[in-house]
Amino acid sequence: MNANGNGNGEPILDVHDLRVWYGTGGEPVRAVDGVSFSIGAGETLGLVGESGCGKSTLGRGVLGLLPDAAAVDGSVRFAGRELVGVSQKEMHDMRGPELGLIFQEPMTRLDPLQTIEAHFREALHTHRPELDKEEVRRRSLEALAGMGIPRTRFAQYPHEFSGGMRQRIMIALALVLEPKVLIADEPTTALDVIVEAQILGILADLRRNFDTAILLITHNLGIVAEACDRVAVMYAGEIVEEGDAREVFAEPAHPYTRELLRSTISLETTGLNYIPGAPPSLINPPPACRFHPRCPSAMRVCAELHPIEVRAPAGQRVSCWLHGPESEIPPGGREELERRQFLEAEEA
Amino acid sequence: MSGPGEQAEGGAGDTLLEVRDLHTRYSVRGSFFDRLKGRESGSVHAVDGVTLDLRRGEVLGLVGESGSGKTTLGRTLLGLVEASSGSIRLEGDELTGRSEAEMRPLRQRMQIVFQDPHASLNPAMTIGALVADPLRFHKLVSGREELRARAVEALERVGLAPASEFLDKYPTDLSGGQKQRAVLARAIILGPDVLVADEPVSMLDMSVRAKILELMLELKDELGLTYIYITHDLATAKFFCDRIAIMYLGRIVEIGPAPEIYARPEHPYTAALLRAIPEPDPRRTVPRDLPRGEVPDAVIPPLGCPFHPRCPKAFEVCGWESRDLRTLLEERWTRLSQDDYERERALIGDLDLLDQPATEVLLPAAEGGAGEEAAEVLEAMRAETPDDPFWSGVAATTVEPGGVRVRFETPREPRDIAVGRSVVHCHLHDPGAIAEAERIRSGKGEDA
Repeated sequence: MNANGNGNGEPILDVHDLRVWYGTGGEPVRAVDGVSFSIGAGETLGLVGESGCGKSTLGRGVLGLLPDAAAVDGSVRFAGRELVGVSQKEMHDMRGPELGLIFQEPMTRLDPLQTIEAHFREALHTHRPELDKEEVRRRSLEALAGMGIPRTRFAQYPHEFSGGMRQRIMIALALVLEPKVLIADEPTTALDVIVEAQILGILADLRRNFDTAILLITHNLGIVAEACDRVAVMYAGEIVEEGDAREVFAEPAHPYTRELLRSTISLETTGLNYIPGAPPSLINPPPACRFHPRCPSAMRVCAELHPIEVRAPAGQRVSCWLHGPESEIPPGGREELERRQFLEAEEA
Repeated sequence: MSGPGEQAEGGAGDTLLEVRDLHTRYSVRGSFFDRLKGRESGSVHAVDGVTLDLRRGEVLGLVGESGSGKTTLGRTLLGLVEASSGSIRLEGDELTGRSEAEMRPLRQRMQIVFQDPHASLNPAMTIGALVADPLRFHKLVSGREELRARAVEALERVGLAPASEFLDKYPTDLSGGQKQRAVLARAIILGPDVLVADEPVSMLDMSVRAKILELMLELKDELGLTYIYITHDLATAKFFCDRIAIMYLGRIVEIGPAPEIYARPEHPYTAALLRAIPEPDPRRTVPRDLPRGEVPDAVIPPLGCPFHPRCPKAFEVCGWESRDLRTLLEERWTRLSQDDYERERALIGDLDLLDQPATEVLLPAAEGGAGEEAAEVLEAMRAETPDDPFWSGVAATTVEPGGVRVRFETPREPRDIAVGRSVVHCHLHDPGAIAEAERIRSGKGEDA
């Protein structure tokens, strides 16, 4: 897919045709299979999809945090610099000051034997050695206070804080290095709904006040609608639709996006809907369009040819034959596809 | 809770389960270091005086955040956790105080489904054996053939059909949704009356949740089940439940018919929860007026109404106390620059003196400092956030040599008040509390 930012100049992160395979002895697992997107400064891109569609692998791939058994191909350009193929050491030096990250469970990222303040000291000493002791202290304390952590508690240990506080500490720790790109993988999944909304408010302030580009990985479409400028929908290792979050949610172009929205239970839900079947194995995904076995709108061409990315009427990029291009659809390709029925309990 | 909100309404049947003033306490032993430091061990009041009726054929939602006591309440109802006091009656039979052996026959009538289907299924047993296990355990069926026949019947009822494809599989061979179906098959095989479902879909993908909930509704109709649906998710509860009980720190703060709770939340906590849910509607934005902080420590809960420290509508009698003063001061300090903070911090003594709940407390001046200096900090706080509900609860402040003494209004315990068809545990609906607050306000007016 060809991707552009939202038009405000050079994207800060530009991912092109990224592929990530896991070799597990037998057939490789193609967790990310030719993904392209870009994010501009101050922009938040939401990445959504069911579990097992490659969202987290994509996030880790961008950060160079994949296990040794993974192979990466394609291009990840950060501020014009290619990240695929750089050494572990170089990548390590960039994580933090250039590329920040926030994960779901902050407890696994905080050292239980270090005070909160010490975490900040260490991060700043490692990545900003030019700062003197007083400046390190000032920046640490301001970052923590900015996230609402009581100043009298900076000398406490991670276990003394609640889950919501720990996530705020993680965000403060990512921000103190002033990264240009922040990757947040399910940052609120383990939190209660009010605390989740508090954290989303913090993320919204970030992009307004600091020009941070954010990649927000989530399975919660409600979070995307509230916190993201654009959204990319992933299915079986591919981005099937990407565009302005409001437009995509108002007028989803890909049947997968539409069904995902329909199956989300929200306060507006009046009837239950679900997508039949389950996401496919990434070892041997269905040919042509990977969604065609589950797609209520599938046509003959969908089982024969891989879709070509086009612009949908509302402006988003979409890979679905329903939107053409007409010239590439073979004769009879638009006829309804005869599919096997799913069993009732065939599901994720 | 009792009152008009608990009266039977159209469609719902007779009372199946009657819960009265139920309390469940866990003792907390505290860590090794706590004991070294001489900190006392205490108890967590996980369920703090719950009264409710469960009517035959209904779906009652127990909704709350983590630490609200919803899971403990569910487990206490089943006798998996011992009640500390109060009464649970299943069609008149008292369930509390029974031995395990006395409880066993009643377990056949009440079953539970847990959140994590993977952890609920013994990985070493086949699905067929797992599903039929309750029949074997309760010695209701002995023959191998009959056990298998009953397992087939249960599996097909939950959509694991043809059952022959699943009987000899192991839990690891099944997807998350299929595992939860197997758990449901095991729960219904004894023909229970009540099913307590504790977050049955929250570990499943969005696309599968609707399917499992739909299956549960089908099972309810076909088998005449009554559900207690425990969840933190107000969106699924709205769809799934006939009535909703909102829980906070062990208490039911609001209970009523689901449509009314969602259309007109009466408790400020319910209103806050509803506002906080992220909606896949692009016209919405992140709400700004959220309650501050998080669910407080249940070992020493707040005085008065447990929600008052976070409540945007709290007023004079809601339970203001020493710890609220500390919270407000610490919040202020996060907004100050490091220099201003250090200057102000130097004026105040040991803040830990505010940690014991008290309606009268000394905000201590620094050692050797004057009481006026502490009073100056208190006035700076008031000047910065004069509209914070906290100040309504401050009855008087007096400067003393060692600091400034703050006396709070007398806390009032919230009562259950009938509002429409709901019952609300909130002073805002209590004429007595409102009148008292007005007396306090007019008294303050005269002083001025």
